[in-house]
Amino acid sequence: MSVTHLTLRRRLRERGLDGVTLLVLPGVLFVLVLFIYPFIYGLVLSFQPKEGGGWLANYRKFFTEPFLYETIWLTLQIAIPATLLNTVLSVPVALRVRLMKRQKLLTTILVIPITLGTVMVADGLLTYLGPRGWLNRILLEFGISDSPLRLIHNYWGVMLSLVISGFPFTFLLTLSYVTGIDPALEQAGAMLGARSRQRFFRILLPLLAPGLAITLALAFVQAFTVFPSAILLGAPAGPTRVISIVAYQAAFEQFDYPLASAIAMLMALIQVVIIAALLGARTLVFRGPVSTGKG
Amino acid sequence: MHRSLGEKLWSFTIWAVVVFFVLNLLAMIGSVVVDSLGTHWFNTWLPAGFTPQWYVMAWEEFQLPQILLVTAEVVGAVVLISGLIGVPTAYAMARRNFPGKQAVMLLFLLPLLVPPITYGIPMATVLYQAHLAGTIWGVILANLVPTVPFVILIMIPFVEQIDPRIEAAARVFGAGMGRLFVQVLVPLLTPGILAALLLVLVRTIAMFELTFLTSGPTSQTLVVALYYAVFAAGVRSQQSIDAMAVVYMVTTLIWLLIALQFVNPTQIVTRAKQ
Amino acid sequence: MPIASRDFRELRLEGVGRDFGQLHALRDVNLTVRRGEFVALLGPSGCGKSTALNCISGLLQPTDGTIWLDDKRLDEIGPEDRGFGMVFQNYALFPHMTVRRNIGFGLTTQRRPRDEIERRVNEALALVRLETQGEKLPGQLSGGQQQRVAIARAIVVEPPLVLMDEPLSNLDAKLRLEMRAEIRRIHTMLGCSTIYVTHDQEEALSLADRIMVMIDGQPRQIGTPEDLYVRPSSAAVAEFMGYRNLLTSPARTVPGGVGVAIKIGGADVLGTAMAPVDGQATVAIRPDDLHPTADGPIAALVEIAEYHGRDFYAVARGRDGEDLYFRSSQRVSPGETVYLSAPRERVLVFPA
Repeated sequence: MSVTHLTLRRRLRERGLDGVTLLVLPGVLFVLVLFIYPFIYGLVLSFQPKEGGGWLANYRKFFTEPFLYETIWLTLQIAIPATLLNTVLSVPVALRVRLMKRQKLLTTILVIPITLGTVMVADGLLTYLGPRGWLNRILLEFGISDSPLRLIHNYWGVMLSLVISGFPFTFLLTLSYVTGIDPALEQAGAMLGARSRQRFFRILLPLLAPGLAITLALAFVQAFTVFPSAILLGAPAGPTRVISIVAYQAAFEQFDYPLASAIAMLMALIQVVIIAALLGARTLVFRGPVSTGKG
Repeated sequence: MHRSLGEKLWSFTIWAVVVFFVLNLLAMIGSVVVDSLGTHWFNTWLPAGFTPQWYVMAWEEFQLPQILLVTAEVVGAVVLISGLIGVPTAYAMARRNFPGKQAVMLLFLLPLLVPPITYGIPMATVLYQAHLAGTIWGVILANLVPTVPFVILIMIPFVEQIDPRIEAAARVFGAGMGRLFVQVLVPLLTPGILAALLLVLVRTIAMFELTFLTSGPTSQTLVVALYYAVFAAGVRSQQSIDAMAVVYMVTTLIWLLIALQFVNPTQIVTRAKQ
Repeated sequence: MPIASRDFRELRLEGVGRDFGQLHALRDVNLTVRRGEFVALLGPSGCGKSTALNCISGLLQPTDGTIWLDDKRLDEIGPEDRGFGMVFQNYALFPHMTVRRNIGFGLTTQRRPRDEIERRVNEALALVRLETQGEKLPGQLSGGQQQRVAIARAIVVEPPLVLMDEPLSNLDAKLRLEMRAEIRRIHTMLGCSTIYVTHDQEEALSLADRIMVMIDGQPRQIGTPEDLYVRPSSAAVAEFMGYRNLLTSPARTVPGGVGVAIKIGGADVLGTAMAPVDGQATVAIRPDDLHPTADGPIAALVEIAEYHGRDFYAVARGRDGEDLYFRSSQRVSPGETVYLSAPRERVLVFPA
């Protein structure tokens, strides 16, 4: 080997490039081929409408057909309340649970709906919330309602399924953020005269805020892309015609792949906009370490 | 500690909400199980009698043996391949700082942050063009997209936890890369690998959208078959559908329980928390 | 509103105890802290000193006993209402607030007028000599500076009592000495009553007016630094206070007030009984009190000798095989035989 060859290898190694670094290649290639490439392909395809009409025809079609553009509103109508409810509720529950001694049982139970997935939860709710299901039976038996509540095949069914699968998720995330806050901070607040409410708003909440922004973003993304629940538990023709449904229909029922890609791109765009807004808001608050360090 | 009446009331309310949630959750699962085992069930709390007939019916009607086999094949392949690709990649990411590393990290994060249906539709389109969709390999490839990055992201901290001086010591005693991996790294990484692969297993069994978009009639996993069954609920008997749902639930929960011996419930959720 | 103003006569702990399940973390604590006093709670890890402090602060409720501030009963009142200042071991500064807002937090909770808060915060900043750091975040400060902010935050509310939980244990040695001087300076200037928890006997001796030594959840001795240094009440306390030589020996009281006859290193020596002894005893001697002399009674073989500039710290083995720690201003070397002696008043004999 010549001297220059050796130096090149050494120089590369010093920059972090050697045989070991090549190990990332399979993973990188994999993601590039099966994730990035389809996205780009889909983006390009979205500009090639099946029936011609210019490169924006698919997007124009989306925004001119009420059947299509209403889905944005319908999806947001489900996703935003579900996200807010799940995230807001997770905070007081996480704050209480972190004081518990045996959290594992509770967290295990709450992981079950996440593990089972949306299809199973949908089937469960269809049985449980049905007109003859246990919930309605209890309501009737105890006189809380005169007739069975219509909770399936409508907006409420989908909303409830999002809560059942979404709340454990936001709860576990929030719990991990909450337990990362040094308990001495609250103790110091108490010593300085702050009561529970003051401690929450002036100490805990500001420190939780960056984590909550992430939780909101992740929860929103889950809720916005709701799919099987909207079909099985909702009324996919009407009130719960979410955007993922029309994307799916365009691809697999109308075989209009360009339109489907356009809708998928729009879905991605809306998610990116909302996430960017949340993460942007996050940069405005303190994001440093929340367990106080030592000298 | 000293708590005012207001604080106690608030605490009680929160507990009431949690208990309410858990009760409803358990009742939901319970009603599916009871329904699957009951004979006739119309306007009473519990069915008139109990029978396993729906399971037998579901077994044949929904071709459960074949579906279970396909599910096992898909899940097995996904677990194996994502481990084989993910672990070495995680090692390289943990041990090397190269230009563009941040970009590569972002590349691995994206499939975890973007929800499956969003990238599933373009990906399914591509797979259809490649004539892979509808086959079992199409399903496997589709499911690998989120799991390979998942394994990578979970394994990186495990690799970083191993003292690099142990590897240096192995090299000093003459171990080449292969031997280093097999005799030193993998044994030390086994708890992490186990955790990661079990989580992949559980997530893949429950992964609906990707399989749904890329599967054909012979390559459906259990969860997709369940979807179709529920979708066609008017045609099939609800109770045999619930029987199938119970089979799915038991499969998932068994693996969940096994996974929980090795991991914390939180890790199933926090896929990419920077 | 905090229940106590700056003026109070005494804080009394009566029979205070705290259990955690089966564990008696704290038992039988009886302590009176007078206004202006600096009291140290001293003891090894796990002795209950932090538990005691947390009971006083209100962060823990005692399972036994009562706590009084003059004639007001404290143990049923929450920490928010006691009005004490507290400095935590890891400072517990609010990371998202500036130094100013951290210090002013207690005043803001009391809803003081803004100009009053600003004035008092400035005074506190000046007191701890951090006038220029007011707008910084805690993460931008060094350990010593964070410590000073924590102190300022505790005292700005003019509490009747300041509680400090091992505040210096996270600092390096040099900084620790500096901060010790700071704490003493501030205490002298403000005269605020302080209860200070530490495991470092040097710290306690240099800072406190009175020290309470705790071992295994119970107070063992309460006294001035000199009391504890010169007259520990038991072998356990002596061990903690730096009496590194703890030897077992038969003991026989010599009539006529002469002392107690014991054996050290096989030699016959006289000691002072701290309590009635008969039969077996534990003998405690400080290394500084044990010196090699020309004709000392205790012959021992030097094993280790460390050069410490002005003295040598050494370990020698006596004829009965026990290790003896001593100090010598003359050079000693391993392998040398030395003849050690200690004055009778500095050889403390305790019942076994």
